[in-house]
Amino acid sequence: MAASEEASRPFAGLSDVSISEDIPVEGDISVPVGPSRRDDEFSTLDEPVKDTIMRDLRAVGNKFIHVLYPKRSSALLRDWDLWGPLLLCVTLALLLQGGAADHEDQGGPQFAEVFVIVWFGSIIITLNSKLLGGTISFFQSLCVLGYCIMPLTVAMVVCRIVLLVSSGVIIFAVRLVVVTASFGWSTFASTAFLADSQPPNRKALVVYPVFLFYFVIAWMILTYSP
Amino acid sequence: MASPNNLQFQEFEEAAELLSADPGASTLSMSGSNTPSTTASAGEDVKLDLSEDEEGQQESSELLGGQKPSGGFWTFEYYQSFFNVDTMQVLDRVKGSVMPQPGRNFIKYYLRSNPDLYGPFWICVTLVFSVAISGNLSTFLVERGNPTFHYRPQFHRVTIAAVVIFMYAWLVPIGLWGFLTWRQGAERQIGGYSFLETVCVYGYSLFIYIPTSVLWIIPYDWLRWTLILIAMVISGSVLVLTFWPVVRDDTKVTAVATVVTIVVLHTLLAVGCKLYFFQTAASTPTALPTSSTLHNHTTLAVKTN
Repeated sequence: MAASEEASRPFAGLSDVSISEDIPVEGDISVPVGPSRRDDEFSTLDEPVKDTIMRDLRAVGNKFIHVLYPKRSSALLRDWDLWGPLLLCVTLALLLQGGAADHEDQGGPQFAEVFVIVWFGSIIITLNSKLLGGTISFFQSLCVLGYCIMPLTVAMVVCRIVLLVSSGVIIFAVRLVVVTASFGWSTFASTAFLADSQPPNRKALVVYPVFLFYFVIAWMILTYSP
Repeated sequence: MASPNNLQFQEFEEAAELLSADPGASTLSMSGSNTPSTTASAGEDVKLDLSEDEEGQQESSELLGGQKPSGGFWTFEYYQSFFNVDTMQVLDRVKGSVMPQPGRNFIKYYLRSNPDLYGPFWICVTLVFSVAISGNLSTFLVERGNPTFHYRPQFHRVTIAAVVIFMYAWLVPIGLWGFLTWRQGAERQIGGYSFLETVCVYGYSLFIYIPTSVLWIIPYDWLRWTLILIAMVISGSVLVLTFWPVVRDDTKVTAVATVVTIVVLHTLLAVGCKLYFFQTAASTPTALPTSSTLHNHTTLAVKTN
């Protein structure tokens, strides 16, 4: 009987509890509101132009560093942008001018040809990897392929500098080594980023077009003759 | 006796009997077939189908009678169905295009109702660049002793090679497929090839030209003609072996004419590529060194002015 009584009054023991009056029980129950998000978005209008430009430049520079030391981080993939690829493509196309290209028939690639090869090549490789069942998004893939042209652009700069000195067999050997090393670096960097998004039994099918793409660009750089 | 365990054992006994009857038959794993009768009939189908090859490949789509592309042609999945190949399958098909055997029809043996566009497209792209690059290298090697020679990348050749090779790899299959379909419609025959299979065969048959074009860098004419002959025999025989079973039921004249046309077009492509991209010292047009000589003279004249 006593047990059932106690069971029927579960909080019976608490009726003797009282809160002493010198402990303040007051407070503020309003939810603390942090800095309003909307204010942040609107406030980029007021920031100085230098900040806006520097933010984008810093993002681009950050991705360049990721290409220099390719490890599997998702920074390149998550915040894709196409400024870097555009910059690299224009630089490469400009550097490839002024060679034997003065003869329009027998010379190197024209500016438009370099552009077409880089951009349409990237688009076709991206379509290819998506058709084979890849999970990477279209612009992410374009971003990766474009940024990984950076070692080849550096090789082009080195080649042009070296060609200013002379143009003999030793210089050609130096150019060959530099271009081959940068081609390998580009391919390795881009496959480090792209290979994870492919189904495992089709990895080679996706890597081969990337290899061909950078091989053609490396060939254009190597055959540049003043 | 009617317990589920006994039924399951009965299934395996059926398969075991089939295997003991023909130990050389390959087995195919069937998912979703529970009754012994379907297993037996499917097993017989498997035996008939795979009896012609020794290494049986596990392809579950074999018995489905070909893949139907899903969705309309405006959806992405429609095109994804043309890229449904694995690395090993592509390598197998390439191997089959390089080593044709008289009993093996490329389409029936290698494609097996799963034609893909990956192989033809990337083989054509590789061929375009290999022909252009090798041509450039061979010109360079030939003219090395020539003091007036100034190396030029000749990048416009890539455009020309691309146009020629892609037109061949796409227009000729369209024409051939259209012709064969029309003949079959007229003659009431069945068993032709779909358009995709025709494109696939043509694409893979071009693969042999890639190593051939790389070997063409060696500047000996007799070697180049020998290589062309070997390549044409191999890839021509892939095409002939594929299309002969379809046309031989037709009238004799049409059949022979079709096969001869296939071979002639293939020959034209090979010889045309060789003559245009790979010029030996004897056949180099004299305009080339004189134009570069003129260029040097004019630049010298300009400089002295």
